Amino acid sequence: MIRLALTAALAMAGAGAAAQGDAASGEEIYARCAACHALGYDRVGPRHCGLLGRKAGAVPGFDYSPAMKKSRITWTAKTLDAFLADPGRTVPGTTMTYAGVPDATERADLIAYLDRASKSAAECKGRK
Amino acid sequence: MSSFLAIANPNAARRLFLGRSTVLLSGAAVALLSGRDVLAAKTGSATAGDVRILNTALGAELEAIAAYQVGAESGLLQKPVLDLAVQFQGHHKEHADLLAKTVQKLGGKPVAAKSKYNFPVEGLKNQADVLRFAAKLEQGAVSAYLGAVPLFANRDLSKAAASILGDEAMHWAVLRNALGENPVPVAFVS
Repeated sequence: MIRLALTAALAMAGAGAAAQGDAASGEEIYARCAACHALGYDRVGPRHCGLLGRKAGAVPGFDYSPAMKKSRITWTAKTLDAFLADPGRTVPGTTMTYAGVPDATERADLIAYLDRASKSAAECKGRK
Repeated sequence: MSSFLAIANPNAARRLFLGRSTVLLSGAAVALLSGRDVLAAKTGSATAGDVRILNTALGAELEAIAAYQVGAESGLLQKPVLDLAVQFQGHHKEHADLLAKTVQKLGGKPVAAKSKYNFPVEGLKNQADVLRFAAKLEQGAVSAYLGAVPLFANRDLSKAAASILGDEAMHWAVLRNALGENPVPVAFVS
Protein backbone atom coordinates (compact mmCIF):
# COMPACT_ATOMS: atom_id res chain seq x y z
CA MET A 1 0.00 0.00 0.00
CA ILE A 2 2.82 2.39 0.88
CA ARG A 3 4.51 1.56 -2.40
CA LEU A 4 1.29 2.23 -4.29
CA ALA A 5 0.86 5.58 -2.59
CA LEU A 6 4.46 6.51 -3.35
CA THR A 7 4.04 5.57 -7.00
CA ALA A 8 0.89 7.64 -7.23
CA ALA A 9 2.62 10.59 -5.57
CA LEU A 10 5.54 10.35 -8.00
CA ALA A 11 3.16 10.12 -10.94
CA MET A 12 1.33 13.23 -9.77
CA ALA A 13 4.63 15.02 -9.30
CA GLY A 14 5.61 14.04 -12.83
CA ALA A 15 2.31 15.22 -14.26
CA GLY A 16 2.71 18.48 -12.40
CA ALA A 17 6.07 19.05 -14.04
CA ALA A 18 4.22 19.50 -17.33
CA ALA A 19 3.17 22.92 -16.12
CA GLN A 20 6.80 24.05 -16.33
CA GLY A 21 6.71 24.09 -20.12
CA ASP A 22 5.18 26.74 -22.35
CA ALA A 23 1.97 25.25 -23.71
CA ALA A 24 1.64 27.90 -26.43
CA SER A 25 5.05 27.00 -27.80
CA GLY A 26 4.16 23.33 -27.36
CA GLU A 27 1.11 23.77 -29.57
CA GLU A 28 3.38 24.87 -32.42
CA ILE A 29 5.71 21.95 -31.80
CA TYR A 30 2.71 19.60 -31.81
CA ALA A 31 2.31 20.36 -35.54
CA ARG A 32 5.23 17.95 -36.05
CA CYS A 33 3.05 15.14 -34.75
CA ALA A 34 0.22 15.81 -37.21
CA ALA A 35 1.15 13.12 -39.72
CA CYS A 36 0.25 10.41 -37.24
CA HIS A 37 -1.56 11.87 -34.23
CA ALA A 38 -4.57 13.95 -33.30
CA LEU A 39 -5.88 15.03 -29.94
CA GLY A 40 -9.37 13.60 -30.15
CA TYR A 41 -9.22 10.57 -32.42
CA ASP A 42 -6.96 7.65 -33.29
CA ARG A 43 -4.87 7.78 -36.45
CA VAL A 44 -1.62 5.99 -37.29
CA GLY A 45 -0.88 6.74 -33.67
CA PRO A 46 -3.32 6.83 -30.76
CA ARG A 47 -5.21 9.94 -29.69
CA HIS A 48 -3.63 12.27 -27.17
CA CYS A 49 -6.59 13.47 -25.12
CA GLY A 50 -6.05 12.15 -21.61
CA LEU A 51 -2.49 11.05 -22.34
CA LEU A 52 -0.94 12.13 -19.05
CA GLY A 53 -1.83 9.57 -16.44
CA ARG A 54 -2.78 6.91 -18.99
CA LYS A 55 -1.04 3.55 -19.17
CA ALA A 56 0.88 2.99 -22.41
CA GLY A 57 -1.00 0.80 -24.84
CA ALA A 58 -4.33 1.42 -23.15
CA VAL A 59 -6.49 3.30 -25.65
CA PRO A 60 -9.34 0.88 -26.35
CA GLY A 61 -9.39 -0.43 -29.90
CA PHE A 62 -6.04 1.00 -30.93
CA ASP A 63 -3.65 -1.50 -32.53
CA TYR A 64 -0.48 -0.95 -30.51
CA SER A 65 2.86 -2.59 -31.16
CA PRO A 66 3.65 -5.52 -28.86
CA ALA A 67 6.55 -3.45 -27.55
CA MET A 68 4.28 -0.63 -26.42
CA LYS A 69 1.75 -3.00 -24.90
CA LYS A 70 4.49 -4.64 -22.87
CA SER A 71 6.25 -1.42 -21.88
CA ARG A 72 4.52 -1.03 -18.49
CA ILE A 73 4.82 2.72 -18.84
CA THR A 74 2.36 5.14 -17.32
CA TRP A 75 2.58 8.44 -19.14
CA THR A 76 3.76 11.18 -16.83
CA ALA A 77 5.77 14.28 -17.68
CA LYS A 78 8.87 12.29 -16.79
CA THR A 79 8.15 9.15 -18.80
CA LEU A 80 6.85 11.16 -21.73
CA ASP A 81 9.99 13.30 -21.66
CA ALA A 82 12.16 10.19 -21.89
CA PHE A 83 10.05 8.69 -24.67
CA LEU A 84 9.94 11.88 -26.73
CA ALA A 85 13.71 12.28 -26.41
CA ASP A 86 14.28 8.93 -28.11
CA PRO A 87 11.21 6.77 -28.72
CA GLY A 88 13.14 3.81 -30.14
CA ARG A 89 15.57 3.68 -27.26
CA THR A 90 12.87 4.07 -24.61
CA VAL A 91 10.54 1.48 -26.12
CA PRO A 92 12.57 -0.69 -28.50
CA GLY A 93 10.26 -2.02 -31.18
CA THR A 94 7.80 0.88 -31.00
CA THR A 95 6.11 1.75 -34.28
CA MET A 96 6.66 5.40 -33.48
CA THR A 97 9.68 5.36 -35.75
CA TYR A 98 10.72 8.92 -35.11
CA ALA A 99 14.12 10.18 -34.06
CA GLY A 100 12.60 12.21 -31.25
CA VAL A 101 12.66 15.75 -29.95
CA PRO A 102 16.23 16.33 -28.78
CA ASP A 103 15.66 19.73 -27.17
CA ALA A 104 14.56 19.42 -23.52
CA THR A 105 12.76 22.77 -23.55
CA GLU A 106 10.77 21.78 -26.63
CA ARG A 107 9.83 18.51 -24.96
CA ALA A 108 8.67 20.34 -21.83
CA ASP A 109 6.63 22.73 -23.97
CA LEU A 110 5.09 19.85 -25.89
CA ILE A 111 4.17 18.03 -22.70
CA ALA A 112 2.69 21.22 -21.24
CA TYR A 113 0.55 21.56 -24.36
CA LEU A 114 -0.63 17.94 -24.19
CA ASP A 115 -1.51 18.46 -20.55
CA ARG A 116 -3.39 21.70 -21.25
CA ALA A 117 -5.16 20.27 -24.30
CA SER A 118 -6.41 17.27 -22.33
CA LYS A 119 -7.93 19.62 -19.78
CA SER A 120 -9.34 22.34 -22.01
CA ALA A 121 -9.31 21.57 -25.75
CA ALA A 122 -12.73 21.19 -27.35
CA GLU A 123 -11.57 17.96 -29.00
CA CYS A 124 -10.90 16.47 -25.59
CA LYS A 125 -14.21 17.25 -23.96
CA GLY A 126 -15.63 13.97 -22.71
CA ARG A 127 -12.66 11.98 -24.04
CA LYS A 128 -9.99 10.13 -22.11
CA MET B 1 -9.13 18.32 -66.70
CA SER B 2 -10.80 15.04 -65.69
CA SER B 3 -10.34 13.76 -62.18
CA PHE B 4 -8.14 10.78 -61.44
CA LEU B 5 -10.79 9.79 -58.96
CA ALA B 6 -13.29 9.40 -61.77
CA ILE B 7 -11.18 6.79 -63.53
CA ALA B 8 -12.20 3.29 -62.57
CA ASN B 9 -9.07 1.55 -63.76
CA PRO B 10 -6.10 2.40 -61.51
CA ASN B 11 -3.61 1.67 -64.28
CA ALA B 12 -5.33 4.13 -66.56
CA ALA B 13 -5.27 6.70 -63.78
CA ARG B 14 -1.59 6.07 -63.23
CA ARG B 15 -0.85 6.43 -66.95
CA LEU B 16 -2.85 9.63 -67.04
CA PHE B 17 -1.02 10.92 -63.99
CA LEU B 18 2.39 10.05 -65.34
CA GLY B 19 1.53 11.57 -68.68
CA ARG B 20 0.62 14.87 -67.06
CA SER B 21 3.04 15.05 -64.24
CA THR B 22 6.29 16.87 -64.55
CA VAL B 23 7.45 15.20 -61.36
CA LEU B 24 9.65 12.19 -61.93
CA LEU B 25 10.54 9.50 -59.45
CA SER B 26 13.76 10.38 -57.73
CA GLY B 27 16.93 8.46 -58.37
CA ALA B 28 16.68 6.98 -54.90
CA ALA B 29 13.18 5.71 -55.48
CA VAL B 30 14.11 4.28 -58.85
CA ALA B 31 17.06 2.56 -57.22
CA LEU B 32 14.73 1.03 -54.67
CA LEU B 33 12.36 -0.20 -57.33
CA SER B 34 15.20 -1.59 -59.37
CA GLY B 35 16.19 -3.89 -56.56
CA ARG B 36 19.08 -2.28 -54.73
CA ASP B 37 17.08 -2.58 -51.53
CA VAL B 38 16.91 -6.34 -52.05
CA LEU B 39 20.65 -6.38 -52.44
CA ALA B 40 20.94 -4.36 -49.27
CA ALA B 41 18.70 -6.78 -47.43
CA LYS B 42 20.83 -9.69 -48.53
CA THR B 43 23.93 -8.01 -47.22
CA GLY B 44 22.22 -7.29 -43.96
CA SER B 45 22.23 -3.51 -44.10
CA ALA B 46 18.43 -3.28 -43.98
CA THR B 47 16.90 -4.40 -40.73
CA ALA B 48 13.59 -5.31 -39.17
CA GLY B 49 13.70 -1.79 -37.81
CA ASP B 50 13.84 -0.44 -41.36
CA VAL B 51 10.74 -2.45 -42.25
CA ARG B 52 8.99 -1.04 -39.20
CA ILE B 53 9.86 2.53 -40.24
CA LEU B 54 8.64 1.88 -43.77
CA ASN B 55 5.40 0.41 -42.49
CA THR B 56 4.73 3.38 -40.21
CA ALA B 57 5.32 5.68 -43.17
CA LEU B 58 3.07 3.50 -45.30
CA GLY B 59 0.29 3.76 -42.72
CA ALA B 60 0.54 7.55 -42.77
CA GLU B 61 0.58 7.65 -46.58
CA LEU B 62 -2.53 5.47 -46.76
CA GLU B 63 -4.26 7.81 -44.35
CA ALA B 64 -3.19 10.82 -46.43
CA ILE B 65 -4.69 9.19 -49.53
CA ALA B 66 -7.96 8.74 -47.65
CA ALA B 67 -7.84 12.32 -46.37
CA TYR B 68 -7.40 13.72 -49.87
CA GLN B 69 -10.29 11.51 -50.99
CA VAL B 70 -12.47 13.11 -48.33
CA GLY B 71 -11.37 16.54 -49.50
CA ALA B 72 -11.95 15.74 -53.17
CA GLU B 73 -15.41 14.33 -52.52
CA SER B 74 -16.42 17.08 -50.09
CA GLY B 75 -17.73 19.35 -52.82
CA LEU B 76 -15.87 22.18 -51.12
CA LEU B 77 -12.90 22.33 -53.51
CA GLN B 78 -13.16 24.28 -56.72
CA LYS B 79 -10.93 23.90 -59.73
CA PRO B 80 -8.01 24.36 -60.03
CA VAL B 81 -7.59 23.56 -56.31
CA LEU B 82 -9.45 20.28 -56.77
CA ASP B 83 -7.03 19.21 -59.48
CA LEU B 84 -4.14 20.11 -57.24
CA ALA B 85 -5.52 18.03 -54.38
CA VAL B 86 -6.04 15.07 -56.69
CA GLN B 87 -2.51 15.43 -58.01
CA PHE B 88 -1.13 15.45 -54.48
CA GLN B 89 -3.22 12.41 -53.67
CA GLY B 90 -1.60 10.76 -56.69
CA HIS B 91 1.82 11.47 -55.22
CA HIS B 92 0.78 9.86 -51.94
CA LYS B 93 -0.44 6.84 -53.88
CA GLU B 94 2.97 6.60 -55.53
CA HIS B 95 4.70 6.90 -52.15
CA ALA B 96 2.45 4.21 -50.67
CA ASP B 97 3.00 1.92 -53.64
CA LEU B 98 6.76 2.30 -53.38
CA LEU B 99 6.81 1.81 -49.62
CA ALA B 100 4.62 -1.30 -49.81
CA LYS B 101 6.77 -2.84 -52.53
CA THR B 102 9.91 -2.10 -50.56
CA VAL B 103 8.49 -3.64 -47.39
CA GLN B 104 7.65 -6.76 -49.40
CA LYS B 105 11.09 -6.87 -51.00
CA LEU B 106 12.63 -6.70 -47.55
CA GLY B 107 10.55 -9.66 -46.43
CA GLY B 108 7.98 -7.73 -44.43
CA LYS B 109 4.21 -7.52 -44.64
CA PRO B 110 2.96 -4.11 -45.72
CA VAL B 111 0.27 -2.60 -43.52
CA ALA B 112 -3.10 -2.34 -45.23
CA ALA B 113 -5.34 0.68 -45.45
CA LYS B 114 -7.89 0.86 -42.64
CA SER B 115 -11.49 0.13 -43.53
CA LYS B 116 -12.44 3.44 -41.95
CA TYR B 117 -10.54 6.59 -41.04
CA ASN B 118 -11.60 9.26 -38.60
CA PHE B 119 -11.30 12.76 -39.93
CA PRO B 120 -12.71 15.94 -38.40
CA VAL B 121 -15.13 16.40 -41.30
CA GLU B 122 -17.56 18.36 -39.15
CA GLY B 123 -14.96 21.13 -39.06
CA LEU B 124 -14.62 21.33 -42.84
CA LYS B 125 -17.04 24.03 -43.97
CA ASN B 126 -15.30 25.58 -46.96
CA GLN B 127 -12.31 25.28 -49.26
CA ALA B 128 -9.97 27.05 -46.86
CA ASP B 129 -10.85 24.56 -44.10
CA VAL B 130 -9.95 21.66 -46.40
CA LEU B 131 -6.71 23.29 -47.49
CA ARG B 132 -5.78 24.05 -43.88
CA PHE B 133 -6.49 20.45 -42.90
CA ALA B 134 -4.38 19.14 -45.79
CA ALA B 135 -1.57 21.59 -45.03
CA LYS B 136 -1.48 20.39 -41.43
CA LEU B 137 -1.18 16.78 -42.55
CA GLU B 138 1.57 17.64 -45.03
CA GLN B 139 3.49 19.61 -42.40
CA GLY B 140 3.26 16.63 -40.10
CA ALA B 141 4.43 14.35 -42.89
CA VAL B 142 7.51 16.49 -43.44
CA SER B 143 8.35 16.21 -39.73
CA ALA B 144 7.63 12.48 -39.68
CA TYR B 145 9.97 11.77 -42.59
CA LEU B 146 12.57 14.10 -41.10
CA GLY B 147 12.36 12.04 -37.91
CA ALA B 148 12.63 8.79 -39.84
CA VAL B 149 15.54 9.63 -42.15
CA PRO B 150 18.29 9.23 -39.53
CA LEU B 151 16.84 5.97 -38.19
CA PHE B 152 17.29 3.75 -41.23
CA ALA B 153 20.14 1.27 -41.11
CA ASN B 154 20.11 1.23 -44.91
CA ARG B 155 21.22 4.62 -46.22
CA ASP B 156 19.48 4.09 -49.56
CA LEU B 157 16.24 3.97 -47.61
CA SER B 158 17.17 7.23 -45.86
CA LYS B 159 17.75 8.76 -49.26
CA ALA B 160 14.40 7.53 -50.56
CA ALA B 161 12.64 8.85 -47.44
CA ALA B 162 14.33 12.22 -47.93
CA SER B 163 13.08 12.21 -51.51
CA ILE B 164 9.52 11.73 -50.29
CA LEU B 165 10.09 14.41 -47.62
CA GLY B 166 10.94 16.88 -50.38
CA ASP B 167 7.70 16.11 -52.17
CA GLU B 168 5.64 16.52 -48.98
CA ALA B 169 7.37 19.85 -48.30
CA MET B 170 6.37 21.06 -51.76
CA HIS B 171 2.77 20.05 -51.05
CA TRP B 172 2.85 21.93 -47.77
CA ALA B 173 4.28 25.06 -49.40
CA VAL B 174 1.75 25.03 -52.24
CA LEU B 175 -1.14 24.55 -49.83
CA ARG B 176 0.07 27.42 -47.66
CA ASN B 177 0.34 29.58 -50.75
CA ALA B 178 -3.21 28.64 -51.75
CA LEU B 179 -4.33 29.78 -48.30
CA GLY B 180 -2.63 33.13 -48.80
CA GLU B 181 0.06 32.31 -46.24
CA ASN B 182 3.81 32.61 -46.64
CA PRO B 183 4.55 29.38 -48.53
CA VAL B 184 8.02 28.97 -47.06
CA PRO B 185 7.94 30.61 -43.63
CA VAL B 186 11.19 29.21 -42.28
CA ALA B 187 14.66 28.28 -43.52
CA PHE B 188 14.63 24.93 -41.75
CA VAL B 189 11.90 22.38 -41.11
CA SER B 190 11.67 20.48 -37.87
